[in-house]
Amino acid sequence: MANVQFENLFKNYGDVKAVEDFNLKIADGEFIVLVGPSGCGKSTTLRMIAGLEDITAGNIYIDDSLINKVHPKDRDIAMVFQNYALYPHLSVKDNISFGLRAQKLPKMEVENRVLEASETLGLQGLLSRRPGELSGGQKQRVAMGRAIVRNPKVFLFDEPLSNLDAKLRHKMRAEMKKLHKQVGTTTIYVTHDQIEAMTLADRIVIMKDGVIEQVGTPNEVYKKPNNIFVASFIGTPAMNFFEGKVKSCSKSLTTITLKDQKEIKLTSNIFEKDQDIIFGIRPEDISVNLDKKGKMKDSIEIDAVISVIEPMGHETIVICDSNYGELTGKVESSHTLKENMNVKLIIKEEKIYQFDKMSEKNLLL
Amino acid sequence: MSSNVHMIERLEKINPKKVIIWTLLFIGSIIMVTPIIFMVSMSFKTGQEVYIFSLFPEKATFDNYLFVLKESKFLYWGLNSLWVATFSTLSVLFFDSLVGYTLAKYNFRGREIVFIAILSTLMIPTEMLIIPWYMMSREFGWIDTYWGIAFPGLMTGFGTFLMRQFFMSLPDELIEAARIDGWSEFAIWWKIAMPLVIPALSALAIFHFLGNWTAFLWPLIITNDPDMYTIPVGLASFNGENETNWEIVMTASCLATIPTLFVFIILQKYIIKGIMLAGLKG
Repeated sequence: MANVQFENLFKNYGDVKAVEDFNLKIADGEFIVLVGPSGCGKSTTLRMIAGLEDITAGNIYIDDSLINKVHPKDRDIAMVFQNYALYPHLSVKDNISFGLRAQKLPKMEVENRVLEASETLGLQGLLSRRPGELSGGQKQRVAMGRAIVRNPKVFLFDEPLSNLDAKLRHKMRAEMKKLHKQVGTTTIYVTHDQIEAMTLADRIVIMKDGVIEQVGTPNEVYKKPNNIFVASFIGTPAMNFFEGKVKSCSKSLTTITLKDQKEIKLTSNIFEKDQDIIFGIRPEDISVNLDKKGKMKDSIEIDAVISVIEPMGHETIVICDSNYGELTGKVESSHTLKENMNVKLIIKEEKIYQFDKMSEKNLLL
Repeated sequence: MSSNVHMIERLEKINPKKVIIWTLLFIGSIIMVTPIIFMVSMSFKTGQEVYIFSLFPEKATFDNYLFVLKESKFLYWGLNSLWVATFSTLSVLFFDSLVGYTLAKYNFRGREIVFIAILSTLMIPTEMLIIPWYMMSREFGWIDTYWGIAFPGLMTGFGTFLMRQFFMSLPDELIEAARIDGWSEFAIWWKIAMPLVIPALSALAIFHFLGNWTAFLWPLIITNDPDMYTIPVGLASFNGENETNWEIVMTASCLATIPTLFVFIILQKYIIKGIMLAGLKG
């Protein structure tokens, strides 16, 4: 087990900056998830730790020793690839023991460790099979077995679950979490799936265009997003946004004009006059009301028409058209809501995220 | 009545497209097989009978076979051919796949230029190269040696190209995984990459082995000593100045075909797979 540290890490491909000034300290035994849209540099970062990509500038340390120039095999890491990268011509057993044999360990020890790993992952019955004869989930397990059998300092996972179907992905996610608890090895996990990131991570690193946008626990990045990008990236369905302009502000009350000239009043004083702002509202914070009467205190109301209803069983996604564009709400399932109904969307003031339009930063932080 | 219905059903099943394809294939196979049948038939005929156009010899005889195997140097030539073809095939498998792998899986300055240079050797006909090869062999004293016969075919542009195409289709992750697993670059090539291109290797081996087995021009030029002849050169030596003993030539040809038949029978599933893959990926 080991800590990992990045110091001003850069990676360029010609003129393209894949990773820019990446700084991060990962504690011993921590489960870190790098998440972001494709092309954000998360996989590149992982590959730099593995030694599969050269580092343009900056340093990476594992256990406080610089590994920039260390060969992949000497970094004491194990990696699980998106397509599993199982050797198709070798049996499951040989796949798992391939790394150990490179280390020239005694045969008995190799046997024992393979057996141990296969027990941990429930692969005992499959040891003599070839990867071609395995299901997706089994392949995934073998790939993990190949990693844990080496007992490395750091695990690297490059989108390991993205080739599985939804149900299996869910199952494997839970297994990975269990496995991490069991072995406690420092883990760096790359994914574009924010649900995976939220459920697995001790801390999430959200990246965009090679830059870290935010580092924090799942709760932090959900509740206190640094900026619009993080706010929109984390959470499903994604956060709703609409624009406003500060008309006047005093110590305790701010009046904001919305697109349709409607005014709303907020009891905060973090704004400047004429500032362009963007409101963010999580779908789960929107309540969809049918009755038109009665304004709730400290909340804003938006008139809207339901355009689409997506029942999910225990809850329902309601997509509405309003003067501020499409707004999505997530409510408990009800039979009263129908498409084309006129509704009032009520949002509590404390649930409204406020971002500066220019800098896209969260004004509430 | 019912049999009529049956007939109509059967006729309906006959697809005109299939009929044409089968007919063409049948004609093709007749054209291919007829000379071989005549070769076999002539090998059992006597000298007088050779010029009589008939499929079956009047009096079948094994004398030709006894002559070729006992009186001529056919067995020598066979061993020469076998040795040269095997050695050069192994060499091609090793070096072409090593170079092909390097060109496919490593990024280095000038990679494209090297590849194009290798590819461009395919455009130079053997006939043009024979003079420099011969002059070189004379300088180095390679005339009438196995090395002299084999050296032009120890590495081929075609094989390198073929192997490169196959290695390019291997996922990089396999190589990266093996690298992280701690194997040397050579071990990765040998233990991971090579087993995964066995169809390509088989196809290359067969093409190259057969090419060498039937090679005529270069072995003819580089060998003067009848003991060093390969089979095609030896066959040609049966052609006398004034007459050719066709029954002997055909007998020796029959014998020469046997190893290639074996190669085909044993490796045909790989050939077909290899050709199919070569077609898909090349």
